[in-house]
Amino acid sequence: MNEAREEALFSLANRWFVGSVTFTAALAIVSALVGLIILPRLQSDVVDLKGLWDSICSAAGVAARPSSETPVEATFVTSTVQLNPGRFAHPSAESIARGKAIARTCAACHGGVDGTRAKFPSPNLAGQPAGAIFKQLRDYQTGARVSVVMRQYVQALSEQDALDLSAYYAQARREAEPVRLGMREPPIVAIGSPTRNVPACGSCHGSGDLKIGTPWLDGQPVVYLRAQLAAYASGRRTNDIDKQMRNIARNMSSAEIDEAARYYASRP
Amino acid sequence: MINNSRLILAHFWLAFISFAIAIVLGAWQMLIRTPLHSSFGTSDWYFRSVTAHGSIMAYVFPTLVSMGFGYAISELSLKRPLAGVQAAWVGFFVLLAGSVIASLTISAGEASVLFTFYPPLIGNPLFYVGLVLIVLGSWIWVALMSINLRYWKRENPGKPVPLAMYANVASSYLWGWTALGATLELILQILPVAAGLRTTIDAGLARLFFSWTLHAIVYFWLMPAYIAYYTIVPRAIGGRLYSDTMGRVSFILFLVVAMPIGIHHLYTDPEVGAGFKFMHSTLTALVALPTLLTVFTICASVETAARLRGGKGWFGWVKALPWQNPMMLAVTFSFLLLGFGGAGGIINMSYQLDTSIHNTQWVTAHFHLIYGGAIVIMYFAIAYDLWPHLTGRELGNVALIRAQLWTWFIGIVVTTFPWHYVGLLGMPRRMAYYDYSNPTLSPQALSVVVSAVGGIVVVISALLFLAILWKGHRGRRVDPGVYRFSTPIYEPARPLVALHSYGLWLTLMIGLTAVNYGFPIIQMASQGHSVSAVYVGANR
Ligand code: HEC
Ligand code: HEC
Ligand SMILES: [Cu+2]
Repeated sequence: MNEAREEALFSLANRWFVGSVTFTAALAIVSALVGLIILPRLQSDVVDLKGLWDSICSAAGVAARPSSETPVEATFVTSTVQLNPGRFAHPSAESIARGKAIARTCAACHGGVDGTRAKFPSPNLAGQPAGAIFKQLRDYQTGARVSVVMRQYVQALSEQDALDLSAYYAQARREAEPVRLGMREPPIVAIGSPTRNVPACGSCHGSGDLKIGTPWLDGQPVVYLRAQLAAYASGRRTNDIDKQMRNIARNMSSAEIDEAARYYASRP
Repeated sequence: MINNSRLILAHFWLAFISFAIAIVLGAWQMLIRTPLHSSFGTSDWYFRSVTAHGSIMAYVFPTLVSMGFGYAISELSLKRPLAGVQAAWVGFFVLLAGSVIASLTISAGEASVLFTFYPPLIGNPLFYVGLVLIVLGSWIWVALMSINLRYWKRENPGKPVPLAMYANVASSYLWGWTALGATLELILQILPVAAGLRTTIDAGLARLFFSWTLHAIVYFWLMPAYIAYYTIVPRAIGGRLYSDTMGRVSFILFLVVAMPIGIHHLYTDPEVGAGFKFMHSTLTALVALPTLLTVFTICASVETAARLRGGKGWFGWVKALPWQNPMMLAVTFSFLLLGFGGAGGIINMSYQLDTSIHNTQWVTAHFHLIYGGAIVIMYFAIAYDLWPHLTGRELGNVALIRAQLWTWFIGIVVTTFPWHYVGLLGMPRRMAYYDYSNPTLSPQALSVVVSAVGGIVVVISALLFLAILWKGHRGRRVDPGVYRFSTPIYEPARPLVALHSYGLWLTLMIGLTAVNYGFPIIQMASQGHSVSAVYVGANR
């Protein structure tokens, strides 16, 4: 580059330099003044801002004060499980073996150990993602999910026991089921109902994508599936994080609940 | 003939082949959104397709066109051999490798996160690695453009920098700087999570970084079209450029103000303060200025062509224009589409009006009108204009070229107008399925179908475009003569330093970016509000 030209450009004698810098600076200053000071002042009736500094902070995106509203407390126990995607990856062989040992006490109902199958109407656990099993076990323990049957079995489980069980079930193979006639995917499962805010079930439950903490539904007893959907809809089951399933089940008709339950139960 | 025609042709062909793939996917996406949904595929495939379509159209296609065109401009306008040909090939192959890697992960369903990434959605790390490679490959071009200009300046002290090269280097700087936002997002935020080193991500900060890229990238797409308006169109239709200075001022304005305005994509984002949204919307309004300057200058240049051909009267000269000339058609269509798109853009850029169309199909329709319409039609024109100089052969049938431009124009209008309309009715974007049996949606079905028909017309036109170029390689051998850019009516004797260098403008660009982005970035980064990543495509 030509040195002489460079010098001449960044100089107060150069009209282009002075003009463009002044223009740009003026533009930035005026838009900042209007955006950060004048407009928030004009809207202060809405936001109830006390001082100049408050209004600048609010316009800049800094919350000046925490909201004064008291948060609404739930009247039931909510799930406290934090599902961390890395947590269940690569379990040790030891953990799986320990899980299997504990799982023998559960096999009478849930199957999944050495060729046993779940007994109606308990759900299958073999092959379920670790995060889903772990979350349900912890929820039964804290009382976020209520089941008279399950309560007695989870009380003695430590956190490590729960992790071991999850690790075991996640890799356990489900025993082959008797061949069942596949049912056509009902619309509520295939595409959900966008206008009612029901996404396609498969976008979380596996056929499209399997989101963390979400169980497989394939081959679960129809009575169990129907009961769970009904429980979400009526608010008897409340352990789903962010009401993911409650919001869905509430917007399903009972015919759709029935169809979805029968469809998933009919799958191998 | 151009020395580096192989290099340039490689860029153009890769660009146009990926464009063809993406446009077929696009038309299929239009079909799956119609009431015939279930005959065309599943939602899962829809989102793979949208990710591929967006990634190609946003990152691969325009970048390659800019690069190929840039190498041609460097050689033709500076009249010296391109320096760094080997590096240019390296850039090309890095970009090619990146595109292949990204496409494979998308096809496998491992990266259905759309081209805007949408964290906390996290796909396969290879997808992001592929995109980073694409950017790195293109940065080699950025460096080469500036190096070539520097060599030329050393050899030609005090001479005016040719307008085409001046604009080309401005475009490369704009890209270099604006691509930084998304690259930082990918490297600092997304890749560690995708690789499993971290499991939470600050989605608000990620969106902020992406907005850094998202607006100015549109201007980077636009640059080749604008370069063609100023430096090809007047010559091609037998006129002269009305004002060389106006051209330089426009490109400078793009460089300075196109960048620090991206927060207009975050108007509904609760994490960004309203004050910064206002600042960005002010500058967004200003970015209309270079476009208005351009429209004025080019219309004036076109008028000179008409008057040279004997056009008379206030408006009578319009009849004297060379309407048989494909370039005349292209620039007319481009301006019409730009006009419609610009009018819609006024709604998007205003903080309040935007809320009525935010996240609706209006937005998708808008950027297809501007980009697919006004910009891509000029890419066609550029290719048609350069092709004989690249192949040394005649391009052949002008009627076919006109038919291609006409079908493109009609196709884009038929596609995007009803698309805007359903957006106004509130049809959301980024959805694979619409339940037209619902009485509130059923009236929209017709518009969506019309739009899909437009999509098919557009595909036909694109294939025609490829066929014309392909045939161009087997046409009659001709000597295309010396390539010329348009000459201005008035050529200043002594070039103004400010209009022939970049130091001042880059300083202002970086300064304004710091003012408009500095605080929001620091504030969000220091708060560190992270959310759990949502891995897609992986059964974790
Ligand atoms: C007497 C039969 C029985 C035994 C033994 C039993 N369960 Fe259960 N389990 C059930 C029933 C019934 C349910 C469904 C309860 C409900 O509706 O909430 C269930 C639910 C579960 C679930 C939730 C499944 C899902 O998909 O949401 C898990 C996890 C579970 N049991 C784990 C265990 C473990 C681990 C053991 C052994 C320590 C065990 N269960 C022992 C009957 C049993
Ligand atoms: C947004 C993701 C998402 C979608 C979409 C979704 N689910 Fe769920 N579903 C979940 C999660 C997460 C759970 C576990 C909730 C918990 O922790 O209790 C669950 C649990 C369930 C259960 C209880 C299973 C068990 O073993 O306890 C049933 C039944 C169910 N979903 C059915 C459906 C059906 C039918 C649909 C489609 C209409 C659907 N879900 C759509 C996320 C989803
Ligand atoms: Cu924008």
